This record gives sequence, C-alpha cells and structure tokens, in this order.
Amino acid sequence: MIPAGAIDCDIHAAVPNARVLLPHLDEYWREHILRRGLERNDFETSAYPAGAPINARPDWCPAAGLPGSSLEALQAHILEPMQPRAAICNVIHGAQMMMSEDLSAALCRAINNWLAAEWLDRDPRLRASIVVPVHSPDLAAEEIERMAPDRRFVQVLLLAMAELPLGRRMMWPIYRAAERHDLPIGIHAGSSFRHPPSAGGWGSTYLEDYVSYAQGFAGALNSLLAEGVFQKFPALRVVLIESGVTWLPASMWRINKTWRGVRAEVPWLDRLPADILRERVRLTAQPLDAPPDAASLMTVLEQLGSDEMLLFATDYPHWHYDGEEALPAGLPESLMRKVLLENALATYPRLAAA
Amino acid sequence: MNVTLREHQIERPAQSHLGFIDCDVHPYYRTLADFDPFLSERWREHRRSIGNRSRQGLARASLYPRMSPGNGMRGDAWPKNGSPPGSDLDLMREQLLDLFDVQCGMLAPLVGGAAAERNVEFGAAMATAVNEWQCAWFCDPEPRLKASVQITLEHEESAIAEVERRAGDRRFAQVNIPPRGLEPLGRHRYRKILAACAANGFPISLHLGGTSGHASTGGGWPSFYHEEHPSYVQSMQTLVTSLVCEGVFEDIPDLKVVLVEGGFAWLPALAWRLDKHWRRLRAEVPYLRRAPSEYIREHFWVTTQPIEEPERPEDMLRTIEWIGPERVMFSTDYPHWDQDDPRYAFKVKLPEDWARMIFRDNARALYRLD
Repeated sequence: MIPAGAIDCDIHAAVPNARVLLPHLDEYWREHILRRGLERNDFETSAYPAGAPINARPDWCPAAGLPGSSLEALQAHILEPMQPRAAICNVIHGAQMMMSEDLSAALCRAINNWLAAEWLDRDPRLRASIVVPVHSPDLAAEEIERMAPDRRFVQVLLLAMAELPLGRRMMWPIYRAAERHDLPIGIHAGSSFRHPPSAGGWGSTYLEDYVSYAQGFAGALNSLLAEGVFQKFPALRVVLIESGVTWLPASMWRINKTWRGVRAEVPWLDRLPADILRERVRLTAQPLDAPPDAASLMTVLEQLGSDEMLLFATDYPHWHYDGEEALPAGLPESLMRKVLLENALATYPRLAAA
Repeated sequence: MNVTLREHQIERPAQSHLGFIDCDVHPYYRTLADFDPFLSERWREHRRSIGNRSRQGLARASLYPRMSPGNGMRGDAWPKNGSPPGSDLDLMREQLLDLFDVQCGMLAPLVGGAAAERNVEFGAAMATAVNEWQCAWFCDPEPRLKASVQITLEHEESAIAEVERRAGDRRFAQVNIPPRGLEPLGRHRYRKILAACAANGFPISLHLGGTSGHASTGGGWPSFYHEEHPSYVQSMQTLVTSLVCEGVFEDIPDLKVVLVEGGFAWLPALAWRLDKHWRRLRAEVPYLRRAPSEYIREHFWVTTQPIEEPERPEDMLRTIEWIGPERVMFSTDYPHWDQDDPRYAFKVKLPEDWARMIFRDNARALYRLD
C-alpha cells in the first residue's frame, strides 16, 4: 500500500490515434498529414506493442481503446486510490523514431500540445515529459525552448537506444537546453531500432528485446560518461525510466574497472564513474527485476551505494505487479520516504518549486 | 621500458597459487605466413592478395585502438625477437605455464579471421588452418595447452565438418564461437552446428569478439575503447538471452556453454530479469518448460577475467554464490593488458572448497581433463 502524497515518476499516457493530434498541428502539417493519410496510422512502436501482456495490466485495460489512453481510467486506477502528490506522464510514440527529422519534430510538437490540453489542463496532479525529435538535436532543443515556459513539463524524454549513443557531441544541444531550464533528461527504456539491441544481432522475440533494454541503458550511461556529458553540463541530471535496477551495480563495477585501465583515452573523466553516476543518475523503481529472496534484494540495494537513486513509479498501465504492491515489502522506513517523495523532489527542481 | 620490466626479478608465487587451470590463454602467430603450410595453394594466394575481409572499415587495425602496443598487449610479454606476445612458447612457459605450474591452459586463438570472414569458403579454410596451427605450434610441443576448434558459423556444412574432424582428438577441448555474429546464436539457423558440438562432446566457448557489422551498442557506435570494452558485456548478455529464449537447451539438452572474457558479475541480474519478464511473456515462448534462470544455472559456465572488483570486496562472494561456485572457472587472459594474476585477482579470500573448484576442479570436470 502506497501512502498518499507520493510522486509517481512514470505514467504512460497513450496517444489513442493520430487523429487526436490534428488539432494540435499547424496548418501546413495538418494538411501534409491528411494528404498522406498518416492520420490513419497508430504509430505504435516496436519497442512497446500495446497488446503485449507486459504493457497492459489486465485490470487497468479500458473497455475500448489503448491501455493508458484514458484520463478517467488513470484517475480511477491510480490518482484516486493512491492520491499521489504528482504523476509524470511519459509518451512513447512513433514520433520519436520517424526518419524524417521534420515529420518527427512536427509530431512531437503536436504530442506536447495534446499533453498540455488533454491531460495537464484536466488534472492538476499531472506533470509531463517533453517529447523531442531525438535524431535531430537542433530541432529537439528548439522544442525544449518552446515548451520550457510551461512549468508543468518537468523533464525531457529520450529513448535509451537511438541512432547515436546518447553522449555523442552531436546530441549536446539537447543537454544544453535541458540544463538551462532545470529539466532532467529522462531516458526511457526502448529503442528506435536503428540498430539491433547489441552487436550480437537481432533476436527473435519481444521477451529478448524487453530484457535487452537494460543493456541499452548500460550503453547509454557509458556513452554519457565517456563523452564527458556530466562534466560539460554540471547541473544536468539523468533519470533512467523503466530501466530495471539490479543490473546497475555490476555495470558500475565494470565501468570502474575499465576506467582504471583506459582513462587516458578520456582524460576529462577525472573521477570514478560509479561516483559520478551516484550523484547524477536516478532510476524509477518499476519494473524491479529483483532476485527471488528479500535478503538478496537488500544486498543489491546496498550495492547501489546510495539511498538517493531510486524513484517511485507505477509504470501505469504496464504490468509489472498486481494489486497495490508497487514497491517490494520490507524496505526500511527511511528508504521508503526517500523513494516515495524526497528523491523525486531533489531530482526535479520544477516539482520541488510547485 | 619493456626491457626494464623483463629484467625485473619475478618472485615465485606461493604454493596456493600454483597448479590452476587457465581457461583463457591467447596464442599468436609470428607472421601470417605461419598459416601457409596449412592452406591450399588457392587460399595461400588469396591470403596474400586479398586477405581477410570482415564487416568493418579497417582491414587489419582495430576501430577502437587499445591503450598499449600490439592492440592491447601486456608490456612485458613481447619476445626479445620482436614477434607478438603469445607467439613464443618459451616465453609463455616462463611467464605463465611454468611460473604458476599451470596444469592446463585452454587456448583461445583470436587469429585467422575465420569467424567473421565475409568470404565463407576462405573463412572455412582459415578455420582449418588455425586448428592445425594450434596443434603444430602449441599443443604438440606443450601438451598442457588445449586447442579450441575454430569454425565459420556462416558456413554450416564446413563448420559441422570441422567439428566432426576434431571429435575424439583430445588436443581439442571445445569449439570457439565469437559472441558478435550476424545473428544471435540461439537463432534456428545455427541449431545444427550447436547440435554437432554437443553430439561430439564439445562445450562451446563464447570468447568475446567478432566483427558482425552491427554497432557495438543498441544505441549505435560508441566513440571510445572506454565504451567498447564494457560493450562486450552487452554482446554476451544478448547471447545468453538468445540461447535461453530460443529454447536451444530444450532442443539440445547436453549443450554446455562457456562465457569467456566477458566478466561474470552481470549474470545473476540478467537471470533475475529474464525470470521476471518471462513470467509475463511466457506465452510467446511456450517451448520453455522452466524458468530462464534454471537453464542458465544448468548450461552455462563463466570464466573470471576481466574479474569485476566490487566496491565492497565481500560482494564477490555473493556474486559467486548467486551464479553457483561450480560454474565459475579461473582465467588469466595472458598476454593481454588487462590479464588477471591468480595472486591478486580475487580481492577477498575464497572459501577453500570454492577456490579448489574455481581454480581447478570445475574446468577439469567440464573439459574431462583426466
């Protein structure tokens, strides 16, 4: 049972169909999309097939339409019973992976407008992440500038696996804009599938893809570290969303070890990588890819080496837990308090100020 | 500087660090012509004129240069004659086999380019040549060294023929397949090759490497070796995930898989993650009759180098416990820059019985070395 007043750092608002975006496009793009018949597409991503059981908890599925597409359902399932202080809406949509930078940017603008009008305006507890055309960093930065004055947008949303590793210098306009406006970078699980999940090639099943998302996060963090993003943007914070948790300690040991031998290649990386990650990176706590026994879970949480990293999230409407067991039983009281509220307030300046 | 190191007096290690089995030793050639005696005239000519062609921009050098000469060699492992480290059996004896009284060293030849060769017929010829070369240059003069069968995964017929050719030859201990191939190893197109390995009594060793042409990470090509080095872990994870989720172990119940040079501390969390999401998505993989972690526990072995160094050293014990001490095998990775020394690799004292298993008994049993 989650006490009232928590901050839910990962709620999925689904765009029910492309037609709802038409009123939020400018005249050119509205006509463009209608002429090409694109409003008939659902823009569902391969990363998140809407019907896969993991993405649609049965008692959270609406009678009609996509899971996560109804504000009333979200209110009935989460906002009323749990009484969170705030909940952050993250949209995963084909807009983020279109090959045309212009079409990608137009759809992202429409989604952000739609989020503000159809979700944020209708429930004061809701906040949102700015959806950006990640493969076009300049246009992404423009969109951040456009949306930043609306303080209900509290972070910038990227997928873990894009065309370029997230730390690459071509991506830096995004980080510059985000840092300027006190917006953490939220990196969500998933891929635009410009590349197979690893150099080992394309797997067969969604199960393999979903499990591999953790590798995508490890690669993204290693890129942000090696390229010096944390040094270049000293106020920037990163939130890993729907990343899983238990893979991180071993990944930190490995990158620390690499750094000891290879750091001459990246001389700006002047501290142990794990220490930088503990300061600057946060993770949402669903799904929790936990070991089978509580004692092992406590060991892994200790290995994280910080009680400030985990953020509470339901990952609504994805199906990672049943009932109201959104956090594992037996977490120490002090950790619970931090996970449910304090860590989020420390991570999101715009939430703390509200 | 190499000379200074070479003249440094090496202390005899303590008894407790002697007599292990080293599950990752790298032999090298002096020049590519060393392979010529084992190639037909056609392929000798091809090697000289065209040479290896893999799926990357540089013909021979690495796109992620290592931090020491020889693409990441240990500084004191260069033979006096200037040949590459690993090419001089006497120096390998001095620095590894005799120094530690090594019982057996499992060779992992990262040479010849057979696995990633785009011309698969040339790849098959190079695989055979490298197998003959391992015996002639290393295993015959030094029986403590055991060869790994090289194959060209993209040429099924020759791969199976090569596995069958080496079956029963006790100089060969396993079949080596690089984790970075065109497709994950669990895919159906590779099933007959894996079945042939198991049927002929060979574990498969997945030694990091391979040039698949795919980006090193799911998010694209990284810039630095600092990222490439840990990305090998991700390729290893893809492979474990693929072999389990494709039901390979239901098809081939006696297949044994050794993960080499990928570290191992990541394996427990991968198993937990697989179990968790399999429970939700199991309808997609109805042929799996058990939880993924059970297949992992039964079919996978890990070698230790490059050993992770947990910030709290005692966490290493928990990691080994989670994997199972009967599945962990010590390796040095001689003569690479990041090789592990049995005296210093573990930062925490292992229980006596674990040490025996990890340094010796597990490999002895897996490879039937008696």
